[in-house]
Amino acid sequence: MKYVDEFRDPALARKVLKKLHEVVADIPRAKERPLQIMEVCGGHTHSIFRYGLEGLLPKGIEMVHGPGCPVCVLPMGRVDDCITIAEQPDVIFTTFGDAMRVPGSKKSLQQASAEGCDVRMVYSPMDALAIARENPHKRVVFFGLGFETTMPSTALTVMQAKREGLNNFYLFCNHITIIPTMKAILDEPGMSIDGFLGPGHVSMVIGKQPYNFIASHYNRPLVVAGFEPLDILQSLLMVVEQLRDGRAEVENQYARIVPEQGNLHAMAAVNEVFEVREHFEWRGLGSIAESGVKIRQGFEQFDAERAFSVATLQVEDPKSCQCGEVLKGALKPWDCTAFGEDCTPETPVGALMVSTEGACSAYYSYGKIDVHQAG
Amino acid sequence: MCLGIPGQIIEVKEGGQFGVASILGVKREVNLSCVYTPDQPEAAVIGSWALIHVGFAMSLIDEDEAQRTLEILKEIGELQEEMDAIAQSGSRA
Ligand code: SF4
Repeated sequence: MKYVDEFRDPALARKVLKKLHEVVADIPRAKERPLQIMEVCGGHTHSIFRYGLEGLLPKGIEMVHGPGCPVCVLPMGRVDDCITIAEQPDVIFTTFGDAMRVPGSKKSLQQASAEGCDVRMVYSPMDALAIARENPHKRVVFFGLGFETTMPSTALTVMQAKREGLNNFYLFCNHITIIPTMKAILDEPGMSIDGFLGPGHVSMVIGKQPYNFIASHYNRPLVVAGFEPLDILQSLLMVVEQLRDGRAEVENQYARIVPEQGNLHAMAAVNEVFEVREHFEWRGLGSIAESGVKIRQGFEQFDAERAFSVATLQVEDPKSCQCGEVLKGALKPWDCTAFGEDCTPETPVGALMVSTEGACSAYYSYGKIDVHQAG
Repeated sequence: MCLGIPGQIIEVKEGGQFGVASILGVKREVNLSCVYTPDQPEAAVIGSWALIHVGFAMSLIDEDEAQRTLEILKEIGELQEEMDAIAQSGSRA
């Protein structure tokens, strides 16, 4: 247990781990094949790797790294659209830094910037709004990205733009929603995931209730989890206790941040500005019904898709890219033929190699030992 | 971007929607509208810690939680990323 000493409360961590081993030993089917538990959120993926948690878990638990990294699931077609917008005259294209290196079919935003497009990294959509105020003769586009965690911030920014009567600010909305995505994963033929760690900060916004169908309809436990190693271990314990007892419930390990009902003000802003899209394209996962949002009527003057007649072409992922299989938990990153050869964090082929929260990048940076053990 | 960063709210501007947070000593304008509840008057958030996502305070937390979260962010290497992003945008406050 070389990592446990680094934890905030090593004694407690040891206790939880011991309990985890005992409970899993009490579940007969875990001896035939490991219980598959998916952490939905990329933040959890990152934490699991950083602290080497997989190496501490009983053999009867296998972690499956889910699709919860918004940068990783951004399809190439949308990156191409960004570049088309950024190449228009008089456009300042603003984005979170995370999205700069995501490969499009021809180039990334970083390359577009090097070629002379005015692409600016911002920390907050509020900064994009400030750029719009300062540059009344430019059209300022903000690349809105992320799950429900960042959706309220974009919604509130659009509302602010409307209040100020700004006519040169646009949102290129690529926000995605977690619930339809989890449903799509649960509906995959041959889906073998036994339980879930629910995303902490998405849940802080949407609350616990939207996950109920996972327990009631799919009969799988879900525990909303925090990001500390101890949070993750405790949440895993809560999941396997449910599996041992034959229960399927939605529980909240992260109650210190996640209120049962979520953040009502944030959700009200989201519902005011956005409505569900019929379909949204995900890298590797294809089109998922109702998994994205778009700008509602009443705010359409801020919609970059209308202002720039974005084509939203569907672009196939590169042949060698197996991100989709990895996202579904069907393949481990090192099973992908591109892994570590053509595809590295410096030269990413697939999106899972771009962000530190992507499973491939995490394995590449932290997980080499595990790769050899597993391979 | 998804994990957020803890900051201490040090100023609430008129109207209450915007304020200033100190994030590891860096002052940054933040939107505060998501942390109010009916029983949480606006001035009362001054001095509170909040989890700040892309410039929006999303949830009030206690100081202990704030310190622990900063520690984790540092250990997984996201603290620097977040601080760089804040610095790059300028701390319009
Ligand atoms: S190694 Fe690269 S191409 Fe293969 S699944 Fe991972 S990110 Fe995708």
